[in-house]
Amino acid sequence: MEIVVCMKRVPETGDAEIAVDSTGRDIVRDRLTYDINESDNYALEEAVLLKEKFGGTVTLVSMGPPETDETLRMGLAKGGDVAVRLWDHRFARSDGHATAFVLAKAIREMEFDLVLTGCIATDDGRTQVGVTIAALLGIPHATYVMKVDIEDGIATVQSELEGGLIAVNRMKTPALFTIQTGINEPRYPSLISIKKATAKEIRTLTLDDLGLEASSAGEEGSKTKIVKLTPPPVGKRAEILEGAPEVVSARLTEIFKEKGMI
Amino acid sequence: MRDIFVLAEHRRGELRDITIEMLTKGRELAECCGVPLTAVLLGHGVDRFAEKLASYADTVVLIDHPQLENFNSETYQAALSPLLEDRQPFLTLIGHTAFGIDVAPRLSAQSNIPLATDCIDIRCEDDRVFAVRQIYGGKLNAEVSYENAPQYLATIRPASFPVREYGLKGEIVRTDCPALKTPEREFLEYVEAPAGEVDITQADVIVAVGRGIKEKETLPLVEELAKSLGGVLACSRPIVDAGWLPKDRQVGSSGTIVAINKYPNAPVFNEADYGIVGDLFKVLPTLKEKIAELKSG
Repeated sequence: MEIVVCMKRVPETGDAEIAVDSTGRDIVRDRLTYDINESDNYALEEAVLLKEKFGGTVTLVSMGPPETDETLRMGLAKGGDVAVRLWDHRFARSDGHATAFVLAKAIREMEFDLVLTGCIATDDGRTQVGVTIAALLGIPHATYVMKVDIEDGIATVQSELEGGLIAVNRMKTPALFTIQTGINEPRYPSLISIKKATAKEIRTLTLDDLGLEASSAGEEGSKTKIVKLTPPPVGKRAEILEGAPEVVSARLTEIFKEKGMI
Repeated sequence: MRDIFVLAEHRRGELRDITIEMLTKGRELAECCGVPLTAVLLGHGVDRFAEKLASYADTVVLIDHPQLENFNSETYQAALSPLLEDRQPFLTLIGHTAFGIDVAPRLSAQSNIPLATDCIDIRCEDDRVFAVRQIYGGKLNAEVSYENAPQYLATIRPASFPVREYGLKGEIVRTDCPALKTPEREFLEYVEAPAGEVDITQADVIVAVGRGIKEKETLPLVEELAKSLGGVLACSRPIVDAGWLPKDRQVGSSGTIVAINKYPNAPVFNEADYGIVGDLFKVLPTLKEKIAELKSG
């Protein structure tokens, strides 16, 4: 089974203070650490599990600057076979549509039965690229996938809906699935596999290599644009309780009592 | 200017809340721009929803077809693309839900209409649309503009807009369904997630934890606090993914919420009613003590 996994290198912002840069349209990035996007990591693991079952190749694709090689190498160490990085300064500031356009163009040239992506990117949260790639490739898709079963080229997949409900869909491959976190337990790579991955070549493809027009990628190919970034209104609703742990605990206990919780 | 469209969302015989939230916002935008609001209802045997939609919209476009009975993004897209081509709405709102996320990017790509996803606000200025969406887990708001285009698409985050009643009597227009191919993706069934031992939806008090607890060993401490409040322990998604607590303990957000986070700008304070900026490992033990004191004395 030939599987393509789309990966994104994202800043880890969960525990970091985020500041807007001087352009007002991006964040200050120099102190941030980067890692593979969380749900992409699950997509990668699912691909490796399917490869272990059916044989075949897992090809990793990512659009990003040279630093992205680090993320791709980690993907190779975790079981990817081939890695391709798409980059050109004319890809910078691509929105969801432009990103999907570039990725789809690269994937179209590959042999694949499945394309797996994460269900959402933790940085921009667009939830758009995977399904757009499927539309551009003209293949069926399923989103928020929690379970994948494949038999004789027919995939039966479970998608997570709101309120714990699951939708079961069936389709022929090739197909694209956006993978939800929790579908599997992503492995940690061994030191040996990390070492081996360091030696692997990562192919890079530019705008010209992909045969794309400059007008279809980057800011020019984007259909949406960030005008400005602002911190969300802080504590719009929350009444912040101030003071030492004893003080806030006492106040909170009073609130619980007032509300009849105790 | 042309219509604003809202795509109604329903599942298993129920209209979903996001529909009314979008209609309320759509009504506000339509009045602001002086254009009609149209609700688009696709389904099979869903006439009863049309009237409800008509109390918000000037027009309800109803497309009834057996193949539209259960949501399938392929058939929905195939039915919507010709409708949008024909009616040329200025802006179409779709829920940023499992349903909307599944269909909106396909519709955007097939009909070549720019899309902004997961919007928490939408504003129209002359003939342009601006969306506000949250990035970096809600740490920043991004104002987004669209390229100039004849039509725009936006998916709207649930619970972003309060709901109002309008009591209008819009016209219900039955519209023929375009010829639908057998979709490549076949919907088989809905499956309920297995019910667990604890039903957090029935609990009066929920003490929920997220990634901030750092390790699984902290759970008993929090569970004790939950018990002293007569509540149950629940958690956010990453805790479920890590396998520390079962899926049925994952929380939504409603009721009175007290948040503890060490970052003053943590997005959770925008959702909570009370906030404590501090270290939960210091606050929890003293809180438990205070509650015990109050109970005993």
